[in-house]
Amino acid sequence: MTVMRALVVAVALLAVALPAHAQISDGVIKIGVMNDQSGTYADLAGPGSVVAAKMAIEDFGAAKKNMKVEVLVADHQNKPDVGSSIARQWFDADHVDVIVDVPTSSVVLAVNQVAREKNKALIVSTGATSDLTGPQCSPNAIHWTYDTWSLANGTGSAVVKTGGDTWFFLTADYKFGHDLERDTEAVVVKNGGKVVGKVRHPFPTSDFSSFLLQAQASKAKVIGLANAGADTTNAIKQGAEFGIVKGGQQFAGLLVFLTDVHALGLEKAQGLLLTESFYWDLNDKTRAFSTRFAERHHQAKPTMAQAGVYSSVLHYLKAVEALKSDDGPKVIAKMKELPTDDPVFGKGMVRADGRKIHPMYLFEVKKPSESKGAWDYYKVRATIPAEQAFRPIDQGNCPLVKK
Amino acid sequence: MTIFGVPTQALFGQLLIGLINGAFYAMLSLGLSVIFGLLNIINFAHGAQYMLGAFVAYFALSWAGLGYWPSLLIAPIVVGAFGMVIERTMLKRLYQLDHLYGLLLTFGVALVVQGVFRNEFGSSGLPYAAPPQLTGGYNLGFMFLPTYRGWVVVVSLVVCLGTWYVIERTKLGSYLRAATENPALVQAFGINVPRMITLTYGFGVALAGLAGVLAAPIYQVNPLMGADLIIVVFAVVVIGGLGSIMGSIITGFGLGVIEGFTKVFYPEASNTVIFVIMAVVLLVRPSGLFGRTA
Repeated sequence: MTVMRALVVAVALLAVALPAHAQISDGVIKIGVMNDQSGTYADLAGPGSVVAAKMAIEDFGAAKKNMKVEVLVADHQNKPDVGSSIARQWFDADHVDVIVDVPTSSVVLAVNQVAREKNKALIVSTGATSDLTGPQCSPNAIHWTYDTWSLANGTGSAVVKTGGDTWFFLTADYKFGHDLERDTEAVVVKNGGKVVGKVRHPFPTSDFSSFLLQAQASKAKVIGLANAGADTTNAIKQGAEFGIVKGGQQFAGLLVFLTDVHALGLEKAQGLLLTESFYWDLNDKTRAFSTRFAERHHQAKPTMAQAGVYSSVLHYLKAVEALKSDDGPKVIAKMKELPTDDPVFGKGMVRADGRKIHPMYLFEVKKPSESKGAWDYYKVRATIPAEQAFRPIDQGNCPLVKK
Repeated sequence: MTIFGVPTQALFGQLLIGLINGAFYAMLSLGLSVIFGLLNIINFAHGAQYMLGAFVAYFALSWAGLGYWPSLLIAPIVVGAFGMVIERTMLKRLYQLDHLYGLLLTFGVALVVQGVFRNEFGSSGLPYAAPPQLTGGYNLGFMFLPTYRGWVVVVSLVVCLGTWYVIERTKLGSYLRAATENPALVQAFGINVPRMITLTYGFGVALAGLAGVLAAPIYQVNPLMGADLIIVVFAVVVIGGLGSIMGSIITGFGLGVIEGFTKVFYPEASNTVIFVIMAVVLLVRPSGLFGRTA
C-alpha cells in the first residue's frame, strides 16, 4: 500500500516537473505591471499603465482566442530592493510570466537581474536607463518606449543647435539621472557645446532654490534637468520664481511627460522643448486610442509610458500566440523576430539588443493662447526617424550583439 | 574671496535660502511643539494638515474664485476646524493612554487623508500661482530674491514669535501651561479645560494649514507634499527638544541654514544631514538642545 502511494506521488511529481511540449504554463498568461502606484511617478505611469495593459489584452482579443490572460499589479515604491523582492515573489510563487512597465532605472536593473536568473521576461516601458540595451542587455528583456540616449539625442542636440552651447546639469542622484546626464553630456560635447557645471540632488527633492542659485551663478545658457516627474516640475516652477528664464537662461527638460506639463500649467511650461515617442494628438489612430484611454482613466490622456505599456503588451501577446508558449526567453526572441504594428507607435521592430525602434518626436510646449483646452499642449518641432532615434546597435557594448 | 572654493557672495545667497526653508521647518515644528507641549499628543497628521491647507487654498481659488489673500485666513480656519473635529471625536479618548496610541491614530488619519487626495488628484500636483503683488523679486547684488520668498520669512517670523509670546508671556498662555501641569486644579478655578485643549489643538493644526497656504505658490499643490516634509520636521522637533517652543523656532531656522549649506558643499547628503545631526544630538543630549530633562 505504501509502495502504491509512493508510486502515485512520484507520477504526480513527474507530471508537474515535465510539462508537455510548447504550451502556456499553468494555462494562464500572467502579466505583472510593476510600477510606482503612489509616489512621484504614479501619474505618468502608475494606475494608468494598468489601464493600458488591460486595453491591450482586450484589443488583442484574448477572450475570443480562448487565451486566459491575467494582470497583476504591484507598487515598487521606486526602491530596487522592493522591486526585486516583488519580482521574486511573482516569478516563484505567483507564476507571473512577464513583468512590464517598471519606472525608475535603479529598479529596472535590479528586476532585470531577477528576470534573467529566473529565466522569465521583462519589458520595460517607463524606465529610462540606456544600459538596459547596453552593457546590461539580456536575452530576457526588451526596452520599449524610449531611453536616456534617445532623450539626450532629441532634446540635447536640438538645444545646442539653436545656440544653447553651455550647460549646467541638475541631476537626480541615482542611476537614471546619472545615465541621462552622461548621455546628454556626450551629445552636447559632440555638437560643440560645453558643460560648465553640475549638481546632483537627492531623489526626490521638493526645494530646488539652492541648486537653482548655483545654476544661476554658473552663467550657463542652458540648465539641463536630468530628472523626472515632480522633481522636474518643481525645478521649473521655482526657476520661474528665481527669474531664471527672465535672466536669459533656458531650461532643457530632458525627460518631461505629458502629465508633468499638465501639472505645471502652460503658463509656466510654455516654450519648453522636450523629446517623447508618443503624443495623443499625432494622428487619427493615436487620437482614437487616447480617447478610449481617457474614458477609463479620469479623462487623462495617456503619457508615452502608458502608451508604451499598451503597445508592448499587445506585441507580447502576439508573440505568445505565434509561439504557443509563454517561455520567457523564447517569447522575447519571437518578439524580436516579428515586426511590431500598433495604433500608438505605428510600424516598428525590436533589435537584437532588445531595443524597440520607432520614431521619436521633438515637441515644443504651446503658449496658453495656442492651446484649445486641457491636454492640448504640444506642437511637433521635428520628427526623428526611427533609424536615427536610438543609439546605433554597435555602440552600446551589448554582449548579445556580435561584432 | 572664497570659502572652500565657493565665493562668499554665493554663500550669502545660500544663507538666505536656508533661512527661507528654515521658516517652513520653524512654522511646522512650532505647531507640533505646541500640540505636544500642551496636549502630549505626537501629531503625525501634521503633514497631512499642511497639505490640506494648500488644497483649501486651491479649492477656494478654483471653486469660489477666492484668491491668495482670503485663503491665508480661510485655510487655517477650515483646517483648524477639521483638526478640532478629530480632537473632539477621536483624540480626546486617548489622553489617558500611552503616547503611542495618539501617534498611531494621527498617523492613520494622515494616511487616510493623503490616500483620498492622491486617489482624487493624482501625484503630480496642481498649479497655484503667487498673488500678483508678490511676484517678481529684488536683485540684492549677491542673489536674486523672489519677493514671495521674502514674504514667507516675514510671515513665519511674525507667527512664530507671536505664538511664543502668547504662550510664554500672557495670562492665556499661563492657563494653558497650568492646564497641562494639573488639569483638575485649573478646572477647579472655573476654566473650561477640555475646550481649551480643543482650541489649542485647533490652533496647532491651523499653523500647519497656514504653512500649507504659504507653500502652495512655491511647490505644487500635491497630496504628498506633507508626507515628504513631516519626517524632517519631526527630526527638527527632536533636535530642538519636544515641547520647547523657542527651541523649535531656533532649530527650524538653524537646520534650514545647515541644510542649505550642505546643498552647496555636498548636495548628495542634503536630505540626510538633518538626521545625522539628530543622531548626534540624541547621543549627547537625549532631551534635545532646548528640551527639559524628563
